[in-house]
Amino acid sequence: MSETKEKLFKGGGFLVEDINGEDVITPEDFTDEHQMIAKTTEEFVAGEVLPLVDNLENHEFEHSVDLLKKAGELGLLGADVPEEYGGLGLDKISSSLITEKFSRAGGFSVTHGAHVGIGSLPIVFFGNEDQKQKYLPKLASGELLAAYALTEPGSGSDALGAKTTAKLNEAGTHYILNGEKQWITNSAFADVFVVYAKIDGEHFSAFIVERDYPGVSTGPEEKKMGIKSSSTRTLILEDAEVPVENLLGEKGKGHRIAFNILNVGRYKLAIGGVGGSKRGIELATKYVNERKQFGTAISSFSLTQEKLATMAARTYANESAVYRTVGLFEQRMGSMTDEQLADGREVAKAIAEYQIECSMNKYTATECLDYVADEAVQLHGGYGFMQEYEVERIYRDSRINRIFEGTNEINRLLVPGTLLKKAMKGELPLLQKAQGLQEELMMMMPEEVGTEPLEQEKHLLRNAKKIVLLGAGLAAQKYMQKLEKEQEILVNLADMVAEVYNMESAILRTEKAINKSGLEKNNQKLLYTQVYVQEAFNRIEADAKETLIAVEQGDTLRMMLSSLRKLTRHEPTNVIAKKREIAANIIEAEKYVV
Amino acid sequence: MNIYVLLKKTFDTEEKIVVSNGQIEDDGAEFIINPYDEYAVEEAIKQRDAHGGEVTVVTVGDEDSEKQLRTALAMGADKAVLINTEDDLEEGDQFTTTKILEAFFEDKEVDLILAGNVAIDEASGQVGPRLAERLGMPYVTTITSLEIDGDTVNVEKDVEGDVEKVLTSLPLLVTCQQGLNDPRYPSLPGIMKAKKKPLEELEIDDLDLDEDELEPKTKTVDIFLPPEKEAGRVLEGEVEDQVKELVSLLKNESKVL
Repeated sequence: MSETKEKLFKGGGFLVEDINGEDVITPEDFTDEHQMIAKTTEEFVAGEVLPLVDNLENHEFEHSVDLLKKAGELGLLGADVPEEYGGLGLDKISSSLITEKFSRAGGFSVTHGAHVGIGSLPIVFFGNEDQKQKYLPKLASGELLAAYALTEPGSGSDALGAKTTAKLNEAGTHYILNGEKQWITNSAFADVFVVYAKIDGEHFSAFIVERDYPGVSTGPEEKKMGIKSSSTRTLILEDAEVPVENLLGEKGKGHRIAFNILNVGRYKLAIGGVGGSKRGIELATKYVNERKQFGTAISSFSLTQEKLATMAARTYANESAVYRTVGLFEQRMGSMTDEQLADGREVAKAIAEYQIECSMNKYTATECLDYVADEAVQLHGGYGFMQEYEVERIYRDSRINRIFEGTNEINRLLVPGTLLKKAMKGELPLLQKAQGLQEELMMMMPEEVGTEPLEQEKHLLRNAKKIVLLGAGLAAQKYMQKLEKEQEILVNLADMVAEVYNMESAILRTEKAINKSGLEKNNQKLLYTQVYVQEAFNRIEADAKETLIAVEQGDTLRMMLSSLRKLTRHEPTNVIAKKREIAANIIEAEKYVV
Repeated sequence: MNIYVLLKKTFDTEEKIVVSNGQIEDDGAEFIINPYDEYAVEEAIKQRDAHGGEVTVVTVGDEDSEKQLRTALAMGADKAVLINTEDDLEEGDQFTTTKILEAFFEDKEVDLILAGNVAIDEASGQVGPRLAERLGMPYVTTITSLEIDGDTVNVEKDVEGDVEKVLTSLPLLVTCQQGLNDPRYPSLPGIMKAKKKPLEELEIDDLDLDEDELEPKTKTVDIFLPPEKEAGRVLEGEVEDQVKELVSLLKNESKVL
């Protein structure tokens, strides 16, 4: 593990705390083992999965089963399963790297992710000893494959509105489940489903349902826009008989499992988004180097370069942010006792502490992927529209990421909501900071910004945090409890907060790298950071302005806008020049490089 | 059975080669186990699993070579030895490497040594056979099959696409050709175990060698990239005329006929 000084940060704490590069975990801290694990995954995907992509896309799911079993032999299904239950019990960075490297497999990475993540983790975190002994060793080896069944035709984002019911039979031996679960990944072949149902129509609970139980069946395969390599069907429960010992967690406490698992699902999707973005950049760069128009490779055009650089800078910020979040889990788990670590619920709690970070990572990284996929198709021109080019599949596969594991809109709404809750409970001194800010702004003098690397970016970050506080403080004051009805404002705040997290993550990673190995070796990182921070700051400024105008009027508004102007005063970076420099390095390496 | 594998790190096959000032730039390059040496590691593990014994992987290299050794340990080798020449030797050639390995093997009991057929960087294919010669051991190059029964060894050898069957005996040195086996991926449990496996680091001092004895016998005069491929040309007209033109081009322009 890295020698990062253990300093525990609260979820959302980045908004109010001063953080140094040494406090965060970055990809530059990965150990040789981490890299070997990443490489094995990469080689497995390239050597075993990709040759079968056409078959998988064609719904030949016997290959999915076979590949998952092979993955199990290599240990690629057991990273998050503790050793005493037949897994490897690896750290979260290792399992994240597996997720990142699997992303190249497209729809099959969803198959893998659903099995190891939302399929297996409910049992890892919330299973009792018998359930863990019975299922986990076989899930880790791939002998049993898992699926997760929460969504219903009538309840998506409103998961607790599920209609599926469970009723104890007269003998008290089985719960009888009735209902239909929709869009269940891995449903064609999964042996074990984690199913949510309401006991007696009211107590939302989770169950481990085996495929072979009487009354369990699946519907026809869905015809999807993308991730066609994964199986998606309905799970039909008609008087399905589930033994009472297969109730997962406590009766009526299913929401706890559901929400915890969503956190995991979210950060894992973010990591997949980063992996997919890197692949998109690589494909696009190779293509533009190869493709000649007007007698020259189109990579020589500065507009091509602008696109590659923007894609890469955004990927860098997101990569820095998602691994920072994984590092936060690691740091928190590092402070736990062995006993706590052995209790899955405690591990889930450690992750849930960072639900804000998980949500932000989810929406920014999946939107980064969508952006990269879109531009990668664009750079391919008409060829990008043709199925024989991988980028066409990436474009289609990308789209679902903004929808599942909580739509990006739901995730955005959660961020300011959770922050305010934490502030109200006194867990984060947001309101105090916001009040102090008002006074500070009255006296504020323009700050002299130094010329050392990252000084400008740190200056913008400091002010960005103040802008967030300004906007959030104002909105909270104005609307109080009714703020949740002002969804446009909440979303603006969520975007600003996420930009702050990404900006800061990029800055801290670059700072840490420069401290470790000098500026020369980390010039690309510095360029990414300069470009991303400037562009993110511009977006924050626009969001803040729109928010203030919506919330206030007249003199108060004018005063607020003048405060905003004070906070946004700076000498902007020439991003066009920086992007050309960034692109030159990418074009030479023909891939995303840091 | 005491099985040894000679391993070398090479540029990743996807790396672009950049030559500047007559040297290949390796700054920031990704390295891998030489792919032919990977066949050797895989075969060593298989033979050990079938006959018992121990697999030791040996490399002559620098500090960074530890990564490739760890990878071999993660695949399933038991021990690794890094002979680190980074601080002692400015340059070396096949003679240098052979000499170092000869000294290393001097006091070892060896049943089988496996090496790659060639390294994909300089591709001399010499170290294996030269070492066998120095150790007074039979050797077979470019093998595609290896069957050991007691001291008897049946080898199949690739001879420019044909197969030659060789009957020989242990101790033996072989160099491995593509087709011999399918190297495994290092499994995650393997990777975690590799951390704890012994990796011994030696310097030439420890082998009672000094720089003078290791002076290369060859001199690299120049390093340059192959000329860039020129654009192709499509001949036009009747087939008969095209053939005539092609023959004339081959004779007069490229002078290969």
